[in-house]
Amino acid sequence: MSQDTPDLPLTPDDVAQILALLGDGKQDELDLTTPRYRLRLTRGPRGDWTQDWQTRGAAGLTVAVAAAATSVAVVVEEGVHAVMPPLPGTFYRSPQPGAPPFVSVGDRVEPNTVVCIIETMKLMTSVHAGMSGVVVAIDAENGQLIDKDAVLLRIRPEG
Amino acid sequence: MIRRLFIANRGEIALRVIRTARRLGLSTILGVSEADRDSLAARTADEVVVLGPAPSAQSYLAIDRVVAAARAAQADAVHPGYGFLSENAAFGRALAAAGITFVGPTPEQLDAVGDKLKARHVAIEAGIPVVPGGEAEDLTAARARATQTGYPLLIKAVSGGGGRGMKRVDRAQDLDAQVALAGAEAQAAFGDSRVYIERYIARGRHVEVQVLGDGRDAIHLGDRDCSIQRRFQKLVEEAPAPGIPPAQRAKLHDAAVRLTRHLKYRGAGTVEFLMDAESFEFYFLEMNARVQVEHPVTEAITGVDIVEQQLNIADGLPLGLTQDTLAFTGHAIEVRINAEDPDADFRPSPGLVTRAAWPAGAGIRVDTHIESGGHIPPHYDSLMGKLIVHAATREAAVAAMARALGSLHIEGVKTTAGLHARIMADPRFAAGAVDTRFFEGLNRG
Repeated sequence: MSQDTPDLPLTPDDVAQILALLGDGKQDELDLTTPRYRLRLTRGPRGDWTQDWQTRGAAGLTVAVAAAATSVAVVVEEGVHAVMPPLPGTFYRSPQPGAPPFVSVGDRVEPNTVVCIIETMKLMTSVHAGMSGVVVAIDAENGQLIDKDAVLLRIRPEG
Repeated sequence: MIRRLFIANRGEIALRVIRTARRLGLSTILGVSEADRDSLAARTADEVVVLGPAPSAQSYLAIDRVVAAARAAQADAVHPGYGFLSENAAFGRALAAAGITFVGPTPEQLDAVGDKLKARHVAIEAGIPVVPGGEAEDLTAARARATQTGYPLLIKAVSGGGGRGMKRVDRAQDLDAQVALAGAEAQAAFGDSRVYIERYIARGRHVEVQVLGDGRDAIHLGDRDCSIQRRFQKLVEEAPAPGIPPAQRAKLHDAAVRLTRHLKYRGAGTVEFLMDAESFEFYFLEMNARVQVEHPVTEAITGVDIVEQQLNIADGLPLGLTQDTLAFTGHAIEVRINAEDPDADFRPSPGLVTRAAWPAGAGIRVDTHIESGGHIPPHYDSLMGKLIVHAATREAAVAAMARALGSLHIEGVKTTAGLHARIMADPRFAAGAVDTRFFEGLNRG
């Protein structure tokens, strides 16, 4: 084991032992903060304990998670509807690699037309147009990871 | 001898493997995707290698990248966890070619249990009961099989899994059309149109046996019941399986050990059976050649560290345990806390976990990669953590789980904790011995 990366903070057995020590005592909370982690042990109203951990990043490994998803910020002009994802995930324009896209710019869509799929945790969610109209722009890129507030594509409603 | 262990997985199982490896004094190297660079597992491992971008196909499933990373890190062995490359024979072969030990069975054994029809033949060779049925290479063969099995029956894809390509047929006049449909679906989903036919067991329980083999000898670590499933995904697991008559339980264990010996199996594995909930007759379903998600319930009642056993076996050591010295103590239950919304058809709920207060105390084990401020990326499965309780009796374990779930507190994402609380409160679950249709009858409260 290398010296520059400290050991796991406490094992589950260590935590159980600390709780055994606290036992039937009057203390209902233990807040332990070290350079490496913070552990809060709290006794609930019915006497059951919870453990709440916050481990700090090891040197050289602290990478902002916020970079994981990309917002597709788009100014949507008046009269044009933006299609947003139902949940964050990976945006796919076609049902499988190599297949033609669900829709392209200029395509006529109906409320039930599938315009793309979003893959989240191995689950594929179809996204519907939600209105009758014409696709005027596709803002997300195929295979791109998108946030919940991203604009996937834009549709100009037509009666 | 293994000194540097590369872990080719993520999430709670990566942390689980690191914990044992560290206790044994091994250095741990974790391969991560870009999305997991800041994960708890990455911050816990001794060293981290970025395998590739977030999508699994370019990171956790990319055999060439994982093997190259393990070699560059000068790892002696690779632990594959579960899922991803854990049962991939090509991965095992690629590691062997690179002179790195695969912590798992041989590629030949992975091949033998990976194809369901092949696994069925292996089981028959070992004298293990299989569900009545068999191959149905064409319509004539399918009709002949159906006369043997009777109705209702199931048509299954040879290369299938996860319930896909499975058809239930109740009447003879529907057989032809369903066989054609199942074949077409199997071709589309798996690129293999072969199907086989099995008798449909109406009240079936999913019971499995944990086995260990060192290539010469084999033992079992008892059984588990995983009957509570939703769409063939396990929700609750417990050990031992409740309410099985002792003689039938002994037969079940014997069958699993026989199969393990027959394969000269090397590693930890699970032999899955379908058990009739009324007659306790059981039939071989498949063998999983890896550590299972639900392995902690077995660890709880046996005191055996299954990951340690896997590492010892991979190191070439003979089994350090004998069947006679193993003792089973009490009852253990595990629930899977998933980031999903049970009120919205189990829609995934990834994102920032603003607070994670997990239960703690005697008899409680939490295997999780999510703590307060943790992030659940949308690319992988929704398992946030596993809550395991161990108590003297099943009744006490159910009560302990209900209490633990009552104190669990997760903010920021939706979880399945409330669903588990309803399962623990369900009188059918309290009575034990539920079948795989339990979920359909659950009170949606």
